[in-house]
Parts: sequence; C-alpha cells; structure tokens
Amino acid sequence: MARMTMIEAIRDAQDVAMSRDEKVVVFGQDVGYFGGVFRCTKGLQEKYGLQRCFDTPINESGIVGAAVGMGAYGLRPCVEIQFADYMYPAFDQIVSEAARLRHRSNKDFTAPLTIRMPTGGGIYGGQTHSQSPEALFAHVSGLKTMIPSNPYDAKGMLIAAIEDDDPVVFLEPKRLYNGPFDGYHEKAVTPWSKHELGEVPEGHYTVPVGKAAIRRPGEAVTILAYGTMVHVALAAAEETGIDAEVVDLRSIVPLDMETIEASVRKTGRCVVVHEATLTAGFGAELVALISQHCFWHLQAPPIRVTGYDTPYPHAHEWEYFPGPVRVGAALKTVMEAS
Amino acid sequence: MATNRIFSLHVPEPECRPGDTPDFSKFEVPVAGEVVRPPVDVDAEDIHDHAYDIIRVLDDDGKAVGPWAEGLEDDEALKGLRDMMTVRSFDSRMLMAQRQGKTSFYMQALGEEAVSCAFQAALSPGDMNFPTYRQQGLLVTSGYPMLDMMNQIYSNSADPLHGRQLPIMYSSKEHGFFSISGNLGTQFIQAVGWAMASAINGDSKIAAGWIGDGATAESDFHSALVFASTFRAPCILNIVNNQWAISTFQGIARGRAATFASRGLGFGIPSLRVDGNDFYAVYAVAKWAAERAHLGHGATLIEHVTYRAGPHSTSDDPSGYRPKTEAADWPLGDPIARLKQHCIARGIWSEERHEQAQAEIDSEVIRTQKEAEKNGTLHDGPRASPRDMFEDVFKELPPHLKRQRQEAGI
Repeated sequence: MARMTMIEAIRDAQDVAMSRDEKVVVFGQDVGYFGGVFRCTKGLQEKYGLQRCFDTPINESGIVGAAVGMGAYGLRPCVEIQFADYMYPAFDQIVSEAARLRHRSNKDFTAPLTIRMPTGGGIYGGQTHSQSPEALFAHVSGLKTMIPSNPYDAKGMLIAAIEDDDPVVFLEPKRLYNGPFDGYHEKAVTPWSKHELGEVPEGHYTVPVGKAAIRRPGEAVTILAYGTMVHVALAAAEETGIDAEVVDLRSIVPLDMETIEASVRKTGRCVVVHEATLTAGFGAELVALISQHCFWHLQAPPIRVTGYDTPYPHAHEWEYFPGPVRVGAALKTVMEAS
Repeated sequence: MATNRIFSLHVPEPECRPGDTPDFSKFEVPVAGEVVRPPVDVDAEDIHDHAYDIIRVLDDDGKAVGPWAEGLEDDEALKGLRDMMTVRSFDSRMLMAQRQGKTSFYMQALGEEAVSCAFQAALSPGDMNFPTYRQQGLLVTSGYPMLDMMNQIYSNSADPLHGRQLPIMYSSKEHGFFSISGNLGTQFIQAVGWAMASAINGDSKIAAGWIGDGATAESDFHSALVFASTFRAPCILNIVNNQWAISTFQGIARGRAATFASRGLGFGIPSLRVDGNDFYAVYAVAKWAAERAHLGHGATLIEHVTYRAGPHSTSDDPSGYRPKTEAADWPLGDPIARLKQHCIARGIWSEERHEQAQAEIDSEVIRTQKEAEKNGTLHDGPRASPRDMFEDVFKELPPHLKRQRQEAGI
C-alpha cells in the first residue's frame, strides 16, 4: 500500500475511474495539459488522451452545463471548478438542471456528474479562495454533497461519487491536500506520509456514500465535523482531555443520522464544528435534527463552533478560523452545563 | 474644449404600443430566392451577410425559388402541412382546456409552427433537441403520441412525468426531445455538451439547441457559443426570434446589434437568418446545417425570424403591451397559409383537401382529448399518488426522504 497526499489520492481515483469506464471524462479550467492548478488531474490527459481529459474556457456554467448535456448523452463527467468560490455562475446548472433532471423527466434523463471543487480556507486565499459553500448544496433536493478529510477517504469517496448515478458535489478541503491540519498554522505541516489515513490502497475501492466514520471514540461529548475540522476537533479533544467522540460525517447529503443519533444519545452532549459561516450553515441543520431526534438524551444545549458571518478575511484568517482553542472552549462549556 | 454631457439613460422602445397602428415599414422583407446557398464547409467570415439577410424560398405566389429550393419532396411538404395544422389544432384545444380549468397552464406556438415542424423534418433518428417551451412541433413531427402530450398537460394518471412538471414541459429521450426546463437558456449549453459527448464517443448523432430572442441575453447563450466554437461541437444552435419575450420587445435583448444571428460571427460560427414562417426555407437551412455538422465542420447558428402571434402563455395578455392587430400585419405572413399555397401551386393540394384535412385533424384531436380525459385532468379524476413526489429525487430513496415520506403519512 502506498502513502499518498490527498492530491495524489484524488488523481488516482480519477485514474482508476477512467481506466475502468471509458464513459468517464474529466475537464475544467487548467485540468488538461497542465493537470490542474492543484495538480489533481496531473497526467490524465497524457494517459487517456485529449478526448477524455481537456481544458475548457473559463466558464463555470459552461463546464457544468456541458457536463449535464454529456450526462444526458450517457457519459459520466467528472469536472473541476477551480475553487468552490467560483462555482456561483454554475449554480443554476447545478440546482435547476443537474439536481432536478432525474425527477423532472421521470428517469428519462439523468445527470451522473461529479463536480469537484477545492473548499475552505487556511491558505491565505482571502474571500475568493477560501469559502465553504456546502450548506448551499445541502439545501438543494437531488444533490449529494461529500467532503473527505483524508487521502484514503478522498480516493474511495471520489470513486464512489463518479460511479454514483446521481449528481455529486465533491468538496475537497484544500488545506488538507498536503497534510492533516489541526488549526495550528504556525506549526510545520505534517505530511500525509506520516498519517495512517495517508495509506491508500492501489486500484479500485469505494467508501460507501452516506456513511460517517468515528475518528475518535469517546463517552463525554459528541463532536460532529467534516473536512479540515475533523483534525481540529481531534486536536481539541487531545488538548482539553475531554473524552470526545469525533464523528467525521464525510457526506452531508445523504447524512448518516444513525451514527449521529447513536453517538449523541450515548454522550448526551454535542458540539458541531464547521468552517463555513454560522447563520443557516449546515450546523443549524445538525442541531435541529439532534434537538428533534435526541432531545430527551441531551444534558446540555448543543453548541456550534463556526466561521463568523463575515466574508472570509485575508489578514485575519486565524481569528476567523474556528481552531482548536475555540473548539476546546466549546467542549468545556458543553461539559459544564448540566 | 468639449463640455461634458449630462447623461440620461437610453432605454429602447418598440415602434408601436397599444392604440398605435402597427408599423413594420422598417422591416425589410427580402425577395425570396436571392440569398446564396454556400457550400457546407464555408467559413463564417465568408458568409458574413447571411447573418443579416433573410433566407426565403417561398415567394408571394407560393412558388419555391432560388438556390435553397431543393430537397423538399411532395410527401414531405404534405406531412409538414399536416404537422403544422396538427400543432395549431392541438394548441387551440389545449388552450380551451386550460380556460375550462382542466389544467393550470398552456403555451401555444401560434404563428411559429413552421420553425419546429420543418426543423425536426431535417433531423435523423437519434439526434437530440434541447428545446424551449414553444417547440411542441418537434414532438408532433417526430410522431410522439398526442395522447401522451395531453396526459402530461393534464398531470393525470397516465402522465409520463407523473405530475412532476408544469404542463407542456415534456420529455422524451426516445423522440429526441430533452426534458424542458423553465429556467431559460440552460439547455443551450447542454445541447453543446451533448454534441461534444457524441464526438467523444465516436458517434454520428447531432444535437440541436433552442433559445428565444429574449434568452440570448442569458450568459448560457455565450457559454454555448464559446464551447461550440472551441470544441467544434456537431450541433445546430437555433434562436427563435419571435419578436417578443413576454412583454419585452426584442430590442431589449438585442441591444444595438443588427441581428441576433450576427452574435455567432465573433465565434467563427457560420450564422444564418431564415424566414421562420417559410416551412421550405427552415427545412432547407436545417438540412444544410445538419449536413455541415455531420461532415465535421461543427456548429451553425440559425436565427428563425418569426412572430409570436399569441400570448406568451395563458398567464399573459399581450393587449397590454402591443397593438392588437400587430400579428395580422406581420410581413412574413402565416406559415400554414404559405405552405398550403405552395402545395396548391405545386399541384399536390387543393382547398377541398385542405378543408377535409382540417376536419380530420380537428376530430382526431378531439377524440384524443376525450381519451386523455378518461385518465383524469388536473383537479378531477385519477392522478399519480402523492407518494410519487419522493421518487426519483435520487436513484434510491435516501433515509431522510424515507423519514419525510413516513411523516407525511403517504
């Protein structure tokens, strides 16, 4: 088994999918000859030719709109939006077209697309290279939304996404591309080669869609997180010494409520963490679901630790970022409440 | 020294508004048969004028004239006439059904029947249209059952779309008709994507995109042109310029460009304007564009110049924004009357046969309507179970939808 970065795992997933199914095509801005600005499609054009991996004009609604047409034809496009912050021009094609096509045509046409996009901050990207728009997708009926937190999952989930017959938005936490990140930006990056989830099997495997993973079993409090925040949550549990159970959601639609409910019923306490803005973020949905389905097991009000309702700041990135100190404080608060 | 102007915003206005006498004096009607028919491998820059002229085949006497007057056989002409008459008769019955409360909504193609009927006749089986809401002629011409169209309009128990879609937003992969979206323009780039897929897959099928004059202002129109041009997609991109986008005249979307077709020239896409009320001309131009795509020369942009003789939809009343008699004064005439005149001039049709055909078509539409109504109408009779709304959101019902369906008790 090889150790891979998340970039290599994502590249490998597309390679595996393309080699197994000639209907899989990969395209987007800079993804062809150059292999993507983050190098996630490196070598695919060379290996599979111009017909199956190519550069497109800078036109996100065009990239997704063309992919919808290709999906209707019978291909299985996996497209890259260079940054999640750039997906807004494609939003109509994603929401009104890809997500609705199966239902509105009674299965006559479907949109088996995967729309990859780097998400989240932590790289001094400012407000146009740092956003986490997952809640916008989760609100749309007919879309699946996944966010991996490590190379093993990234490969298995991306293969599952490409093979899925429904449209999938695949958000890649760009701060995790080269190593796990616990929120301490001044520390040197730990490479994935030193992390057990950097071990990525060769060839084909999938991580089932809609199944959460428990990254740290615990009894005292449940932390619900995904993407980069999984690593922040683990660091906060470590630092506070609070026996938190860290649940990595992996997919927010569909959502693994079985795992979430079992954990919260066991611990009776819950902290929800995401990097995206607070108001109407996915954390609101999680807290609502927990309140409805686990209310009689709760010993404290659930707490959200998130980005603030501001544009993602450039110079004040680390004041904005919900790091382990803020998560740790929330853990203490939720433990102190009785 | 020049003094700076105090600005005022320029907002274009149509020539006429309600109460005015319709005036098409500035609309020059080119003589039929005068526009050159170039070879299909022509470069866009060599047929610059085709984006400004209007290709017409049928002259005032109904004779087919000029270089584009070829290829429409007797039986094809008669089928085209019958298809257009069917669309008009169908529209008239469904409009009435909506007025009677049997459905919520309807959209006619009145006055524009030639555009889709003639175009579909030029396609081959397996080709795919990405239509707007006013291309029912594509379905009628391709032989899609009228009964299924009515079932869809009524959202009844036999509706192929299970009551999920607004009336007239049909879908039929089998008949080369992509699922209609109410979000304008989205389908234009999808058509290009479908055509790119055909090329990637080593296929020989072509796609046809459709958009109205108003929706050319959408950014997806630009997306479609740039992708079609860059990837030389085997497709035909149709603009139906029927002069009106609900209440907004075409000048608002067009800006100061002379024509919508001319937008294709900047992309190197051969762009032609055709008399959209001339069945023969639409057919000939569509055939030309299809051949061009089939031979690997890529996309063609066609502006069909026509007139929306009816309201935008059953929710619209054009007397509020344009003269009531404007449709009657439209200089390109009526597509059914013109093809009828041509068929008579050709010696294959007569007034008597026309009357007889009209009666047959009307009675077939009424018979089919009665059959459809046995399956229910929107507010009366059987329809799909409400449980159905949870189906096909995803391929498999996910846990959260299962839970919601349980809670709904359906």
